[in-house]
Amino acid sequence: MTTTAAKPTAVTAPVDHAAGKSRVELKNVSRGFGEDWAREEVVRNLTFEIKPGDLTCIVGPSGCGKSTIVNMVAGYDHPDSGEILLNGQKVVGPAKDRMVVFQETALMPWQTTFDNVVFGPRLRHEGSRPEIEKEAHRLLEKVGLGEFKQKYPSQLSGGMQRRAELARALINRPLLLIMDEPFRGLDAMSRPLMQEFFLRLFEENRRTNLFVTSEIEEAIFLADRLVVLSNRPAQVRAVIEIPLPRPRQFHMMSSPEVFEIKRQALEILHDEAMKSFGGAAHFAHRGPAEHEARA
Amino acid sequence: MSAVTALPSQAPAPRVFKRRSKFERAVSSPRFWRGIAGILAFLALWEFGAWAKAGLGLEIPFFGKLPAPSAVAAAAAEVVVQPGYWWSWVESYKRVLGGFVIAMILGIPFGLALAVNKYFRDVFFPPFEILRPIPPLAWVPASLIFWPTNEMSIIFVTFLGAFFTIVINVLGGARTIDVRYLRAAQSMGATQWHLFSRVILPGTLPSIFTGAAVGMGITWNVVLAAEMVSGGGSQAGGGLGFFIWSSYMGGSMEHIIVGMISIGIAGYLSSALIRVLGERVMPWRRAF
Repeated sequence: MTTTAAKPTAVTAPVDHAAGKSRVELKNVSRGFGEDWAREEVVRNLTFEIKPGDLTCIVGPSGCGKSTIVNMVAGYDHPDSGEILLNGQKVVGPAKDRMVVFQETALMPWQTTFDNVVFGPRLRHEGSRPEIEKEAHRLLEKVGLGEFKQKYPSQLSGGMQRRAELARALINRPLLLIMDEPFRGLDAMSRPLMQEFFLRLFEENRRTNLFVTSEIEEAIFLADRLVVLSNRPAQVRAVIEIPLPRPRQFHMMSSPEVFEIKRQALEILHDEAMKSFGGAAHFAHRGPAEHEARA
Repeated sequence: MSAVTALPSQAPAPRVFKRRSKFERAVSSPRFWRGIAGILAFLALWEFGAWAKAGLGLEIPFFGKLPAPSAVAAAAAEVVVQPGYWWSWVESYKRVLGGFVIAMILGIPFGLALAVNKYFRDVFFPPFEILRPIPPLAWVPASLIFWPTNEMSIIFVTFLGAFFTIVINVLGGARTIDVRYLRAAQSMGATQWHLFSRVILPGTLPSIFTGAAVGMGITWNVVLAAEMVSGGGSQAGGGLGFFIWSSYMGGSMEHIIVGMISIGIAGYLSSALIRVLGERVMPWRRAF
């Protein structure tokens, strides 16, 4: 029942040529915060690529600098060294070609859902008023919020807020969609629904996507590739291709290859999490010798 | 559950229920009647306390010195038909609203400027913080000397009472706006002006109204005191503060209490006005 319900409704979309053709490259990106002696490196020499039409998931221990990476790709923050390229062009600041779906919700509480969605095109005076509104209605129908256009964000459930935010991002036809732990804080019922809904949306036109999460299962279910990060300062520890076919289905998650990928990724993450645990690690960690002895 | 019902294939049926006015709902709730009972009990105690001295020869502390509510009501009935009483209302309201409106007009832009511009804040915040802790009433003697008329002095002091509160609230509100709103707007192509008008201003509205509500309360305090200090006799006309003061001079306890209750009502009406305005201007705040 829920599977059919979550499927985006087929509404004829204007052709979005940009979707699925954009490439993002991070080249030796480093970033630190603080002055001189108190300076802490958060991201070190980060190099990876997001291929056109790929959904790349960044996973890493919490506090490892994922949000800093998102901020730099979105243009809210700048690397100290290295560069970020979108289709070969250096990223210098925020722009509508890279839209962010934030943690929790960043819908503006003083605007109705509809006004939130039309916010961007209205500011930029793109197209006529009826054109903008028609597109907003189409997207809101698509994310299942047709009945809730005139509601304020506070009147929507968590899942509805995320979908409204997707609509608000998509109306700007970004080249890259950046999702910063978008489903965090959703309850156990709506989280898988949102994941599946988002998958169908992505698989429809494969808009290049950078997805940040700390949930390894979520990452494997959604992504074409995982970029596994180290503890702070964030460095690429592994890039894992996810060979699952699309459209993705929940049952694929129980295959042995998924199990193996999960084991690999968790092993790396566990090592990294232990480092961030620092001095307290010996309380939690049995130590490799013990593991081997048991095996 | 909520996410499922929201999905398109099973949109919830519109809920139909009889609309009742706010008043109807209030009257039918037990809370309303408990409130009424509380007020009646208080009045009964007061009446008894005032009567006990004459009737039983027993002076109850505090209540024993008061005229009975029935006596106050009788005095009120006499007073409310006199135009002079209503002129006191007009005078006080003129001062309160005058000072308050000027404080809003100057305080909101000033607070916003402090919030959005670092240089402006660096220069103007320190003197502001030095002046802020001075109680408005401490300004009374100086402003009587500064300003050509008593009326202007009272309005000035009233203005000060509201101004500092409004500025501090606006500044705090504007600076705590979630950075994600600003970032989202920037990604969508907002200019500096858009950020201000579409994000910072609406985002600060709740704090503006909080500041206004608190400021309005302070304004009444200040007006009353200023009217007692400088009020009645000279150029400046009565006002409710002077009404109380002159009742005290005339030794009429009933009239003092009528004056006090009048101020209570006037203050309540003022904050109700702000609340209604707030709901008008911020429809998202009542949408729950």
